[in-house]
Amino acid sequence: MDALVDLVWLIPAFPLAGALILMALGRRLGEPRAGWLATAMMGGSFIATLLVFIGLLGRDGDERAIVLTLFEWVPAGSLAVDIGFLADPLSITMALFVTGVGALIHLYSIGYMHGDEGFSRFFTYLNLFAFSMLMLVLGDNLLLAFLGWEGVGACSYLLISFWFGDEANASAGKKAFVTNRVGDWGFLVAMFLAFLTFGSLQYGEIFFEIESNGVAAGTASAIVVLLLVGAAGKSAQFPLHIWLPDAMAGPTPVSALIHAATMVTAGVYLLTRMNPVIAEAHGWVPDLIMWVGLGTALMAATIAVAQNDIKKVLAYSTVSQLGFMFVAVGSGAYVAAVFHMVTHAFFKALLFLGAGSVIHGMDGDQDLRRYGGLARLLPITSMTFVAGWLAIAGVPPFSGFWSKDEILAYAYGENKVLWLLLLATAVLTAFYMTRLVLMAFFGPRRWTEGADEQAEAGDGEQPLPRRHPHESPWTMTAPLVLLAGLAVVAGVLNLPFSKDLHFLETWLAPALFGNAAHVPFGGGTKWVLGAVAVIGSLLGVSAGAAVYARRRIDPARIERPFLARAWRIDEMVTNFMGGPGRRAFERTAEFDQQVVDGAVNGTGALIRRAGTRLRAAQTGLVRSYALGIAIGAVGLLAWFVSRAGF
Amino acid sequence: MMVLPAIIFLPLVGAAAIALIAPSRSMVLKPVAVAASAATGALTLWLMAAFDKHDSGFQFTQLNEWVGSAGISWHVGVDGISLFLVVLTGVLFPIAIVACDPPHDAKAYYIWMLVLETGCLGVFLALDLVLFFLFFEIVLVPMYFLIGKWGHANRKYAATKFFLFTMLGSALMLVGMLALALLTARETGNAVTFNLLELADSAGELPTITARWIFLSFLVAFAVKVPLFPVHTWLPDAHTEAPTAGSVILAGVLLKLGTYGLVRFGLYLFPEASRYFAPLLFTLGVIGILYGAVVATMQRDLKRLVAYSSVAHLGFIVLGIFSVNIEGVEGGLLQMVNHGLSTGALFLLVGFIYERRHTRQISEMVGLQKAAPVLAAVFTVVMLSSVGLPGLNGFVGEFLILAGAFVAHRWWAVVAAAGVILAALYLLWAYQRVFHGTPDDANRSMPDLSWQEKLVMAPLVGLIVFLGVYPKPVIERMEPAVAALIEHMEEAEGFESPTVADRPEGSFEELRALLEHHGGDEGEGH
Repeated sequence: MDALVDLVWLIPAFPLAGALILMALGRRLGEPRAGWLATAMMGGSFIATLLVFIGLLGRDGDERAIVLTLFEWVPAGSLAVDIGFLADPLSITMALFVTGVGALIHLYSIGYMHGDEGFSRFFTYLNLFAFSMLMLVLGDNLLLAFLGWEGVGACSYLLISFWFGDEANASAGKKAFVTNRVGDWGFLVAMFLAFLTFGSLQYGEIFFEIESNGVAAGTASAIVVLLLVGAAGKSAQFPLHIWLPDAMAGPTPVSALIHAATMVTAGVYLLTRMNPVIAEAHGWVPDLIMWVGLGTALMAATIAVAQNDIKKVLAYSTVSQLGFMFVAVGSGAYVAAVFHMVTHAFFKALLFLGAGSVIHGMDGDQDLRRYGGLARLLPITSMTFVAGWLAIAGVPPFSGFWSKDEILAYAYGENKVLWLLLLATAVLTAFYMTRLVLMAFFGPRRWTEGADEQAEAGDGEQPLPRRHPHESPWTMTAPLVLLAGLAVVAGVLNLPFSKDLHFLETWLAPALFGNAAHVPFGGGTKWVLGAVAVIGSLLGVSAGAAVYARRRIDPARIERPFLARAWRIDEMVTNFMGGPGRRAFERTAEFDQQVVDGAVNGTGALIRRAGTRLRAAQTGLVRSYALGIAIGAVGLLAWFVSRAGF
Repeated sequence: MMVLPAIIFLPLVGAAAIALIAPSRSMVLKPVAVAASAATGALTLWLMAAFDKHDSGFQFTQLNEWVGSAGISWHVGVDGISLFLVVLTGVLFPIAIVACDPPHDAKAYYIWMLVLETGCLGVFLALDLVLFFLFFEIVLVPMYFLIGKWGHANRKYAATKFFLFTMLGSALMLVGMLALALLTARETGNAVTFNLLELADSAGELPTITARWIFLSFLVAFAVKVPLFPVHTWLPDAHTEAPTAGSVILAGVLLKLGTYGLVRFGLYLFPEASRYFAPLLFTLGVIGILYGAVVATMQRDLKRLVAYSSVAHLGFIVLGIFSVNIEGVEGGLLQMVNHGLSTGALFLLVGFIYERRHTRQISEMVGLQKAAPVLAAVFTVVMLSSVGLPGLNGFVGEFLILAGAFVAHRWWAVVAAAGVILAALYLLWAYQRVFHGTPDDANRSMPDLSWQEKLVMAPLVGLIVFLGVYPKPVIERMEPAVAALIEHMEEAEGFESPTVADRPEGSFEELRALLEHHGGDEGEGH
């Protein structure tokens, strides 16, 4: 069985090989072979992950942490960092859904990117992304995780600005990278502090050091807060969330893979991985994580209510769901965080791919206001989308219910106010997702198939856009169906009914070192909380139906401009950067030119004037200056020597 | 051993050969120049292979008396600190010579390039103060002519500025050198010597105040060369106005003369003064990092932007050097090589664009990625290296520098780390404006890289990736020399540089045993 675990290096090696081959030969391979190659590499990677998983299962629970070192990476002074992989329950859980969902999204992309001139370039980036993501989760030390961390950021940048001909896409890519870099600053400084404190960046060594010698609470707190800055950047938490909605400029499979299922969960992974350090921090630190998560979850949910771009709704929904995971991490419910990460990967990837299928069918239009009545025309897309909707809305027995319910239960144990607000967020989630589904798939058509067909539901003034919705090819629908299946049943990973059903909890335990919190109340309370959560979900769904199906309330009264404009946070940042920020930069550049360099030129001019007066100018500037300098040097030497007492 | 003199003078021999070529046979000028620089490059690679990586001292040394009465000798040698700067010089010169043809006066151009190479190699290999100074000054002349004769519109101004700035610094250094040798001889009662090793042993005898003053005179020369804020303003002009090959060598090699000098003559000769002035240098380094990046962001000229990015990068290197610990100094040395590769490559790419578009104005370029995808891809890799993306070379150096700086002076490092945000800002913004968007008529037909240009870029990109993934061969050759340098400083001054916690003696396996043990204890308590 150990031989299987040693295959862990194969997991990132497959997509790396794919990316390298595509870099060299991508253009020659062309469509669709480049896509199939990349997909096959992801398939290989998934199989390798399964083998490692089986290998881990064959070992005793507490012996499921195996480090495989390939070679020394940065051995300098007392710093010793290796290229090494850690195969443990946490990393392999991540790797399983990254490669699994990743392979499906690669497959989907073959259909989605059909006919694009950058077809092979797209799959090069996608494979490179998968490699980086796997380095992030499998790396056995913080620095290697950082390599993956920055790598996914760079691939995200390349893929958001994939259609770079449009200025907006290019800007969105840059914004994502720079905003992430703000977070990376935190990650970097956290590493310096960890290195100084523990003398190592390797997880195992850090945890051993904490267990054997302990660590000052202040230091641990500082490390965690700095890591939180990094995590907030990558996982789009307030106030660094502003890049994610813009990131939707990338092709939709990218939004599904990177900006929903995998990369954005890296922050949650990092904090979960570092749970022994969080355990040593002051009490306010996990509280901070929790409240950041809650604030983000609630804010993003209110924004999602007022978005009309189908991808923007899903983007804010992702921000909100990531907030749930942060709440879980903050309340010590690491298992719930990972559980929700997995179910979210399934249903959010499904929703994005479904949205992509709709956009594909609607000639690239993303505006919900011009959708409607698509259910019959896109049967597979709409059926699977409905499964994703029920999962995210938290309707039992769909997967999202179980993971969200668990987070709510821990939140209740932590703080009642927190729980109430989180419950409100869950209600909002059900509400805005119902709104999306009703506007897209049901109700009157707000488009027309041909010129002859008269607009039934138009406002009479604007002509309806002409569309020819059609179901997508099998490469796109097959992943939808598979993901829908997973979104429905993934709850079985960790059903709450009996200890024996807590598969995920048992499985992850060795990576959590007993730092996971336990629900501080009995089964009865749990049942009541579950029931309340179900009622909340149904309330949200029926409220959505009341507004958007039966039109009991004018939607305009809910979709406030303040919400539609995302609480104006993005505007404020943009205005600051474009206004005072830019001016400050410009002033500095002017300062450099006029003051610093001006002083130099001023001195030069002064000397020249003096030189002219001395009629030495004819000898040529450089020579006269050199002479002057030589004379000055000799004088200085004399002064030096006399001063020294010769 | 004759290999070091061979390395130093082979380019000069090439220059002499070129001088003898008749004007009618101008087509052989370039092949001869390429051959001379490539042969030198091959020799430096051989040097790296033959270098004993466990030896902390100078290797391949050669010591001949020169002006005995004045204590001046021909003394050359290489150690882990200078080795890779020699190799960098050996690699960059042939690339720069192959990549760019001078528009006129080819003969003089190649002669000056090769003389420049001899000067640079001499600086890195000299172990005698006077010899060092000679080479340090020789470098100025060819560079002055390269900028002044083959440069762009404003070349005269830039060349003069470059010359005067550096000249001013050198003059002070000359004074310092003379003072150092004379005063040390007086303190020790020995004959006057300019031998670096002997001076390093006896310079500690100097009164502290005197040593600090002499250090300052060296510092001015090197600070101009690096350049440090606020004496950096010659750099954007010189880099921008120089011909492409000149910019490549300026950024790739010449700036390193300053940082190398800071290590070799600052730290090594003046341990106490280096530490005394470290806060000042740290501050100037951090200012350079942030200020250089901010000013770079607002540049309208692409070449000028890259030039200002050097100010930021060199700020990092100074930060590492004055951390005075193994991580920081090694990071600084590594970053000298990395910056040479990345910024050298960036200047080449900007040069390629200029040859095609005859402009450096960012506002006149748009959508070049559509017209020249290969050029754009190479630019992306080099840019990400410059941004410090892990997996590429720039990151390893930057990380070591910041880690070392954090150990030495925590808050400076925290502020300096913000430089990574700004680096992403100015480079990505520039990339967006130049390469993204839809090309207009002027940009649509820009040709992509030719195979010669790809050939020139290939070794640079290869090294950028290799050093990011596997920097160990470089680091392990530096380590003994750097460790010896730190030890020398600690001995001389009796201080101990702050260190990090010892590496833990266990990992997951030991942790498991420990947890079981603790678990058992708790069990007993119940």
